[in-house]
Amino acid sequence: MTQIELRGIEKHFGAVQVIKNLNLAIADNEFIVLLGQSGCGKTTTLRAIAGLETIDEGDILIDGRPVQHIKASHRDIAFVFQSFSLYPHMTVFENIAFPLRAMRGNRTDIEREVQAVAKTLQITHLLAKRPSALSGGDMQRVAIGRALVRRPKAMLMDEPIGALDAKLREEMRAEIKRLHIKQGSTTIYVTHDQVEAMSLADRIVVMHEGVLQQVGTPHEVYARPANMFVAQFVGSPVMNMTEVTVSEDAGHARVLVRGAPTAFDFPSSLTAELTAAGAENGNLTLGVRPEGVLVSREAREGFVPVEAHIIEPLGSHDIIDLQVGAQMLRARTKSGFVPRPGEAVWARINPAQAHFFDSSTGTSFGIRL
Amino acid sequence: MAAVQTRSERALNRVAIAAVLVITLLFLAPIYWITSTAFKPRNLATTIPPTVIFEPEISPFVKLFTKRSQLRAAPEPEDYAAAPWWERLVFDGGEKVVRSGRGDVQLSGYPNRFMNSLIVAITSTVLAVSMGTFTAYGFSRFKMKGEADLLFFILSTRMLPPVVVAIPMFLMYRAVGLNDTHWGLIILYTAFNLSFSVWLMKGFIDEIPKEYEEAALVDGYTRLEAFFKIVLPEAATGIAATAVFCFITAWNEYAFALIMTNRRAQTAPPFIPSQVGSGLPDWTVIAAGTFLFLLPVAIFTFLLRNHLLRGMSFGAIRK
Ligand SMILES: Nc1ncnc2c1ncn2[C@@H]1O[C@H](COP(=O)(O)OP(=O)(O)O)[C@@H](O)[C@H]1O
Ligand SMILES: [Mg+2]
Repeated sequence: MTQIELRGIEKHFGAVQVIKNLNLAIADNEFIVLLGQSGCGKTTTLRAIAGLETIDEGDILIDGRPVQHIKASHRDIAFVFQSFSLYPHMTVFENIAFPLRAMRGNRTDIEREVQAVAKTLQITHLLAKRPSALSGGDMQRVAIGRALVRRPKAMLMDEPIGALDAKLREEMRAEIKRLHIKQGSTTIYVTHDQVEAMSLADRIVVMHEGVLQQVGTPHEVYARPANMFVAQFVGSPVMNMTEVTVSEDAGHARVLVRGAPTAFDFPSSLTAELTAAGAENGNLTLGVRPEGVLVSREAREGFVPVEAHIIEPLGSHDIIDLQVGAQMLRARTKSGFVPRPGEAVWARINPAQAHFFDSSTGTSFGIRL
Repeated sequence: MAAVQTRSERALNRVAIAAVLVITLLFLAPIYWITSTAFKPRNLATTIPPTVIFEPEISPFVKLFTKRSQLRAAPEPEDYAAAPWWERLVFDGGEKVVRSGRGDVQLSGYPNRFMNSLIVAITSTVLAVSMGTFTAYGFSRFKMKGEADLLFFILSTRMLPPVVVAIPMFLMYRAVGLNDTHWGLIILYTAFNLSFSVWLMKGFIDEIPKEYEEAALVDGYTRLEAFFKIVLPEAATGIAATAVFCFITAWNEYAFALIMTNRRAQTAPPFIPSQVGSGLPDWTVIAAGTFLFLLPVAIFTFLLRNHLLRGMSFGAIRK
């Protein structure tokens, strides 16, 4: 039973502010993923929670108690480091037993606990080895074992599988998820990989330059990004962003991409919603994921003529760059749908998948059609 | 290294090996000279050209450890017959062993000086390395004001040739009564080695990622526990290398030992050459003293050889 709460955290390194007014409440047993680019302050946040870094402002509460004055060794939190995993001078067994020895348990208990964790992680056969004899994946398994063995109040993991190759990462991701479901402890997991975040998180916390951008379930963050940063950071391929002007015409809203000959057709409610949200032409950005761009090979009602530029065949589907006026829109189609680059096709934007942002602040107007 | 060598690479390799051999021989020559002289009969010690083949004997070592005086005449045959084998060796050299009134053999000054050397070198090494390790840890792990200046200041104590301060040190030591004491030399050598030890250990400790300790901290250990359980074992290589260097410096130090000590706390380096002065020098005894003096460093270095080799390549083999 562990809740963690961050209230108004501020952190500077010298003159550089690394965390800005960070507020976050983490529920018991929750798997939170801190997602953001390298250098955005994820590690610093994690270290502050663990007690390895002081904070300048705000409160960190664990189970309702402020912990700023409690040393790292007394916070009962496990930490899997980004750059460090195991002590080279100890065997795997000793590495896993090390946190237990701090609690001065007796030898048979320690032996039993280590064996139990090793069994869970399927590393029993490695216990007598030195870390230098382990593969990257096994090292990280042991590192996670080190964290699990103590049954800490919370687990903090800083890009624990970031250094592994893609295939192994996928494997380990599944394993971490399985472990969390089985063991169920409050976990904060840091990554810069949005796929990892989406697949693991109960809730994702997106950070950018020390500022929390959005907190939400993977679905919320994906389907309702709070701003342009989140919209472009989460999801692959990246969401299309283009400045547009909106006008009303014959019971339809017309969304015109700058420089395009024809406008896209939208339900008429759009104009009212935009006005209500205080959006103005000239300061409006449309965002749409490639799967929200519908492509037709013949002229159809509400479709705009465009030219297919580049086709990336990805096996299960193709990603096509469409030239709309001076802009490129990327669309996702069935593979082989458009046979050749240079072909003239027709495109439409699925209004249900369109996002509208304030161009200057980047904030979403929160309009769903 | 490439599995297949070209002809020119092979030739180059041979030249390199030859060069290493020559250099090694050059370094070993004095050691050979000392060792062979230490086991030579006295009359062969100074022949020109040098005697290479001889029957080794240990009379130089017997003489080294005993107090002797010149015999004016050959020893009485019954005295000679009654003497133990080692005393006969001294008689053979035209000397006799000095005995106390109660008939005990008087030891020469050497064993005492040798012990002094051991006491001073070992204690000052332990002090310099342990203080250096703690200090280096502090410099390595904590931010402090003027860190770079402080480190430079510590190093700057080594920039002056030590002999420059010998006279003031001598006067100060005399004033506080540290002259000719073990502690006097120990303090001197510790201070002398400390800067070196701090710098060397800082390099080694810097190489240990701070996450190693932080992991221990979040695992529930105190910083001191983390230091002893994590930093020290990880720094063992560096500690061994630093200890060897400090020990060699303290063990070999001559100038201060000569000035600051004369009897009670005198170490071997100023003592050995002082034996040259009295009468006709017996080079074999001096060589024997020097030979024994070489052993502790050789043994110490040999025991720590694995650590030393790793210490030398530290940083190169880690990512
Ligand atoms: N000990 C430190 N001293 C000074 N700057 C630091 C320190 N640690 C991190 N930073 C800076 O703080 C910012 C955030 O770092 P970090 O939290 O490690 O980012 P992330 O883990 O998201 O990549 C970076 O710009 C980094 O350079
Ligand atoms: Mg980081």
